[in-house]
Amino acid sequence: MTSTKQTLSSGANRVLGIETSCDETAVAVVESAKLVRSSVVSSQVDLHARYGGVVPEVASRAHVELILPVLTAALDEADLALSDVDAIAATHGPGLVGALLVGVSAAKALALVCDIPYVGVNHLEAHLYAAFLDDGGADLQLPMVVLLVSGGHTMLVLMEDHLRYQILGSTCDDAAGEAFDKVARLLDLGYPGGPVIDRISSDGDPKAIAFPRAMVNAGWDFSFSGLKTAVANYLRKTPNANPADVAASFQEAVVDVLLEKARRAAHHHAVNTICLAGGVAANSRLRARTKQMCAAEGLSALIPNRAMCTDNAAMVAAVAWHRLNADGPTPLSDGANPSLTLPSYASAQRVNEDLETVGAVPVGPDVRRNRPRRFGLS
Amino acid sequence: MSNATDALILGIETSGSRVGCAIGNATSVLAARESAKPRWHAESLVPQIAEVIAEVDASAKDINVIAVDVGPGLYTGIRVGITTAITMAHVLNPAMVAVTSWELVAHAVSSSLDYSSEQSERIDVVLDARRGEVFHAAFATELQPIGKPSVSDPVALATELSAIAPTTHLVGEGVALYQDVFDQAGFNTENALFYPSAESTIGLACAALENGKTNNIADIKPLYLRAPDAKIIKT
Repeated sequence: MTSTKQTLSSGANRVLGIETSCDETAVAVVESAKLVRSSVVSSQVDLHARYGGVVPEVASRAHVELILPVLTAALDEADLALSDVDAIAATHGPGLVGALLVGVSAAKALALVCDIPYVGVNHLEAHLYAAFLDDGGADLQLPMVVLLVSGGHTMLVLMEDHLRYQILGSTCDDAAGEAFDKVARLLDLGYPGGPVIDRISSDGDPKAIAFPRAMVNAGWDFSFSGLKTAVANYLRKTPNANPADVAASFQEAVVDVLLEKARRAAHHHAVNTICLAGGVAANSRLRARTKQMCAAEGLSALIPNRAMCTDNAAMVAAVAWHRLNADGPTPLSDGANPSLTLPSYASAQRVNEDLETVGAVPVGPDVRRNRPRRFGLS
Repeated sequence: MSNATDALILGIETSGSRVGCAIGNATSVLAARESAKPRWHAESLVPQIAEVIAEVDASAKDINVIAVDVGPGLYTGIRVGITTAITMAHVLNPAMVAVTSWELVAHAVSSSLDYSSEQSERIDVVLDARRGEVFHAAFATELQPIGKPSVSDPVALATELSAIAPTTHLVGEGVALYQDVFDQAGFNTENALFYPSAESTIGLACAALENGKTNNIADIKPLYLRAPDAKIIKT
């Protein structure tokens, strides 16, 4: 049987990453989790815009058509052949199961025929590693507080060290990016909502309307569904509202809550760096205000360039390098897990202690507890 | 590329709840696997491929032909099979053969011991299309296609085909699923249960090679036969 049980030898450091968890088909080649040799992203956003959101079946179909052209483009851009690659990685969750399985299947097929290790990557963990791929990434000091905000997730994460995280808080309802999409729909601005709200907000007054800042002083979790409802109610009562003012005031409410929690988290855990990650981290207002706030608080702001914030495969390849060195390859018999969670070091430790008290074998703070499982199929 | 007689063929079949692959040549199927875990497509397929390659003492680079079932069937399964096949092919550059689930069932029937071509003039393959519908395609006894494949209501299909009921061999999972409907229309529904199998991909690939009917990687596309369920909103 073709073995993929080897780990990287000291000189071997080039990982090809594949990302197909949602509506971007992406392939990248990264060296030593730092140097991006190529990063190609084929967005399906135009394909989904007419449906008003991502349609899982449409996304899955598009990934099958795009996977080889994007793979070819990424190798061409890196000026490398597959024989120059030392490991293959793919996002194996969380995400849309049909979409994930295209990337996972392609990655495992490549690992098999090239006889190199396969690494299944957690998409959330990948977002945390985007910052390391940027100019400032090389000197990045841990620990840091990461604000991971996207269309599917809103999390406040304490990254203590490489591969060691504590999830401090997450959203109780809508993700921040989801709120942008819903408010854009209320304002008839189309899909996706993030870029268009960002754009029209620059002509609006962020203080025009006092939208609620839900849970701003309560704990570490977030809530954005009430904010969306407040925008809907405001628009119903104010038919002649200026869309730019509504967008700017909504955006300000989101940014206020995100930054206040990140600020408090940094002080509470005596951490000096705040890092942005995820698609919403491409928002101009969030980026500008993060810089301002960090300057005022004596913190350093780490804001990756926009292409690294949104879904891409370079971050997948970066995590894979760390995971491969720490845990070894992922078995080719692993599939995808659409509801994979970020491996939280603190909670794994708690599980460990609980098990020890009942005399069971300790599981250890190991990401493999979170091994992909499969759920419904089309 | 090697000629048809000594070509090493890898066949992949993932359109149904079973998952399988086989390796063989023009003479025989040399090794085959079928997953015991239904619908475990993505987990099972690549390890199975590694196993059959190892069982015949070959390496992936020795594969000259990859045949893959492009559907119709389970969308996710088909995507796993096709993505695996085309990605392997991207590196190995073998000849490609796209086969349909109907062809695989028809091939299984025509090569089964019980089958006598004198008993019927054609083979009608009926597959479960879910949502109360069936996928249908017909073949002559030498597996040449007759007419066009369709997605239809089983009652409508049974009515449409009832005139030829005595002369056809009606097979496939869809027949067992709607046995009453086909019984009433006068079909013999005994011994109807044949599934697409990875072993059959080898036989069909040999036939395609002999007839020069191979495909390019870009030609290997899923046969969904239905548009995604999503409504286009006003823009």
